[in-house]
Amino acid sequence: MEVFLRGYSALGPYVPVFLFIVVAVTFGIVTLFIAKLVRPHRPYPEKLSPYECGVPPLMEARERFFIRFYIIAILFVLFDVEAAFLYPWAVLYGKLGLYGFIEMMIFIGILLVGYFYAWRKGALDWVKEG
Amino acid sequence: MEQFFFFLFAAGAVISALLVISRRNVMHCALFLVLTFFFVAAIFVLLKAEFLAAVQVLVYAGAIMVLFTFVIFLVHIPRTEKIRQTFRQKNLALALGLLLGLEVAYILYGTMAAPASLPAAAPVGAVGNTESFGVALFTRFLFPFEVVSVLLLAAMIGAIVLAKKEIDR
Repeated sequence: MEVFLRGYSALGPYVPVFLFIVVAVTFGIVTLFIAKLVRPHRPYPEKLSPYECGVPPLMEARERFFIRFYIIAILFVLFDVEAAFLYPWAVLYGKLGLYGFIEMMIFIGILLVGYFYAWRKGALDWVKEG
Repeated sequence: MEQFFFFLFAAGAVISALLVISRRNVMHCALFLVLTFFFVAAIFVLLKAEFLAAVQVLVYAGAIMVLFTFVIFLVHIPRTEKIRQTFRQKNLALALGLLLGLEVAYILYGTMAAPASLPAAAPVGAVGNTESFGVALFTRFLFPFEVVSVLLLAAMIGAIVLAKKEIDR
């Protein structure tokens, strides 16, 4: 550990992160590999069919999706981008003071218009009313 | 040490990118694309652009991939898997690839000539990358930052108008 940190101080905090990922991936691969060595392998059609709570599968799982999911997905993407802007703002909040607060409120306010638009248009309702 | 990790992540990014374009199952392609994003984020960390790395994972590997999976769900996969893949744009792709390669080689030659190592994304030191990014965003680039919100609003309204028609039908 110390060997890693010496001469590499700028990225020091990321060495544990890297080791964590390496250990996690190795653990998964090794577990699967050992299980493959140990377990008996006797497949038959019933065993290989996908399990759907005991009910026989009705149709192909990879069907086209209902368009309503698309609105939820695109709203998620847009508000995710908004959230990404909130991080540097939160880090700098103490320095920016009232000025920064007003800046961010304008930013969020404009996006809230879109949120209320989606709400009023019924894009967030799952079952259509009326 | 830094070079070793750079080559490790770069090789990972290139290999997973190759797998994105060579797998038959579209869903596997999408998963390899996520892997590519993670390797690119690791390269951003090496360049000391931590904020960019976090955004790469949050927005690209998280949100943009949701959109990609949506496009995959909207096309009928079992039907597309039966279509034979063709290389009709082979010559065009070759020409454009060579052009891009020449451009990258030119830039590489330029940086090799200059006595500089990997360029750091922001002045590192007492101030972190996220902080210096924020200072630039909220002071110098304040107006573009506010315009971004209008752009996001336009995207939101556009998506709702387009999808509403389908729902009301």
